[in-house]
Amino acid sequence: MIKKRLNIRMSGLGGQGAVTAAHVMAMAASKDGKFAISNPFFGAEKRMAPAESYCRIGIERIYDRGELVFPDVIEVFHPQVITMGKSYTMPFYSGIKEGGLVIINSDAPLLTEEDIQRLNDLRVAVFYINGTQVALEVAGTELSTNMTMIGSVAGITKCVSMNSLDLALQERFGKKFVASGGTATLDEAIKKKFAKKEMLLQKNLDTVKRAYELGIEWAEKNKFELQVAAMAAA
Amino acid sequence: METTSLIGTKNKKGQVITDVRHMMFEAPRTPSFYTGSEVIKEAIRRANVDVMIAYPITPQSEAAALIGELFAEGYIKEYFRGESEFAVMSQCAGAAFGGARVFTTTAGPGTMRAMENFPMWAGARLPIQMIVTCRGINSPLSIQPDTLEISYLIQTGMLVWHAETAQDFYDWILKGYMVSEEPDVHLPLALCCDGFFVTHTKDVVNLTPADMCLPPYDPYRSPVPCMDMECPPVRMMRDPFVMKSNYISYATHASWQQEVWAAVERSRKHTIAWLDGLIETENTDADILIVSSGTAVSQGREAIRLLADEGIRVGLVKIKTIRPWPWQEIREATKNAKHIIVPEFNVAGWLAREIKASIPDSDRVVAAPHVCGGMTMPPEIIVSEIKNVLGMRDHALAGRGS
Repeated sequence: MIKKRLNIRMSGLGGQGAVTAAHVMAMAASKDGKFAISNPFFGAEKRMAPAESYCRIGIERIYDRGELVFPDVIEVFHPQVITMGKSYTMPFYSGIKEGGLVIINSDAPLLTEEDIQRLNDLRVAVFYINGTQVALEVAGTELSTNMTMIGSVAGITKCVSMNSLDLALQERFGKKFVASGGTATLDEAIKKKFAKKEMLLQKNLDTVKRAYELGIEWAEKNKFELQVAAMAAA
Repeated sequence: METTSLIGTKNKKGQVITDVRHMMFEAPRTPSFYTGSEVIKEAIRRANVDVMIAYPITPQSEAAALIGELFAEGYIKEYFRGESEFAVMSQCAGAAFGGARVFTTTAGPGTMRAMENFPMWAGARLPIQMIVTCRGINSPLSIQPDTLEISYLIQTGMLVWHAETAQDFYDWILKGYMVSEEPDVHLPLALCCDGFFVTHTKDVVNLTPADMCLPPYDPYRSPVPCMDMECPPVRMMRDPFVMKSNYISYATHASWQQEVWAAVERSRKHTIAWLDGLIETENTDADILIVSSGTAVSQGREAIRLLADEGIRVGLVKIKTIRPWPWQEIREATKNAKHIIVPEFNVAGWLAREIKASIPDSDRVVAAPHVCGGMTMPPEIIVSEIKNVLGMRDHALAGRGS
């Protein structure tokens, strides 16, 4: 399915970098010359509390703001989003569009028979990626889990290019970035995991790439297609 | 008498003090992918602000912190944190009385806490600019977007503008000072947006060159004398009318209130020139119009696209300023409309009330959909409302409850 707009909902827990992931995706799409916006949605800034972010990418100007009620793609950053209902709505996939995609970071299947049936009825594909494990293997820290969520959706849908993701990561982590106190603390935490900033950038980019490849592999094997149309020539 | 112009000279940071019309309308723009909070910082970098006073409250805290960085970089002369929003707004008054260009930001409960100061600012004719990143104000606590606080601000005598996007915000912060500081206006401006939808959303914004800035505020253009040791701000501060308690003292107070509102009216001509009109319209010959302000306009634009796909033509009126209220423009734009849909991000529907009071056949106004307390307004519910008005069947919205 080729669409004018790809709406991505990222459901995670506070501290996992779901907000950063959406920002990086949108920055990359913008660098690709597409229209993109991203925004977060959370309550009190608290570790492990539900935190969602939204990334909209398209070929015409995007006005829509706020929570994504009817997404094409849902990314689940943590099993607790499903098992403990830590999402903005229950079930976590409510509102997903027909022919959509669910990407879940988990080492084991989490869906009930009923969930599977309802997603099948909507022809929604489900891709499990053990993102935390990939992050540990490639970057050496689970703090890079969000990079696997970026990479997997980019690999499957090609909504952003690897080159632009590289540039977006450099922009986000390569210079001073002011966000809320919570985000600033986490930025410091991840910087401490790496000896040098260049190393942080390289390891995170490697993690994105690995997940990107896993995404492509899965999409080819399952003959799944969900893409944003190319920009019309100016 | 010899006169000199500051235009073309440089400020302490090496920015060129630029003719504002050139800076805003002709100078090259750089597209930048920023959050609304970062955009506020970039506008203030170019605004030649003297004093910024801050107090943290979501969702404006990031903007306030970023402007602290501008202070550290030397773009702002004075920056400090007040004890509460009430203290901040009182301190803003003090700085403005002293002849400074003043900037502050607040939101939701902070706006409400500081409310006593706003009619005082207007009455004292202080051209302070206050960013209001609207959020829920009632209990139980919500930090999410909700525009109810605007309904309290619109009777204070302040100018009240409602931005739709970060681009509006960027341009209007700079243009806002130009309107606010006109001698025949000289009023505070509450520049509002819907919190998170604008402040925390990353979007492309076209910025003016960083080496150009506004001319500094000239306090001697104030219609009331600026404060010095010989001349307290307006006579009432030294010798309040209420102390006399006679007819002439109350009549003076009454006429001053009328003068404040007359100044709001006089701001129209400046605002129209700077903002290219108090409203923006699209296809107002359509039978159905969406009329709104802020983020609800953006959601309306998406709804119009969805309806166009089904062959239903809907026009749009974006209201940029709530004070001054563009009643004539709205009357003109809605004269052919059979149905006027007013989507709002608050439970009270204050905007629909204002519109109903301004147009003939006000039963054309559909005061819906209303979402509040941080709920989102998917374009689909505006579509649903319009189909309902047209007597069409619509697929019931499952919403996210599934």
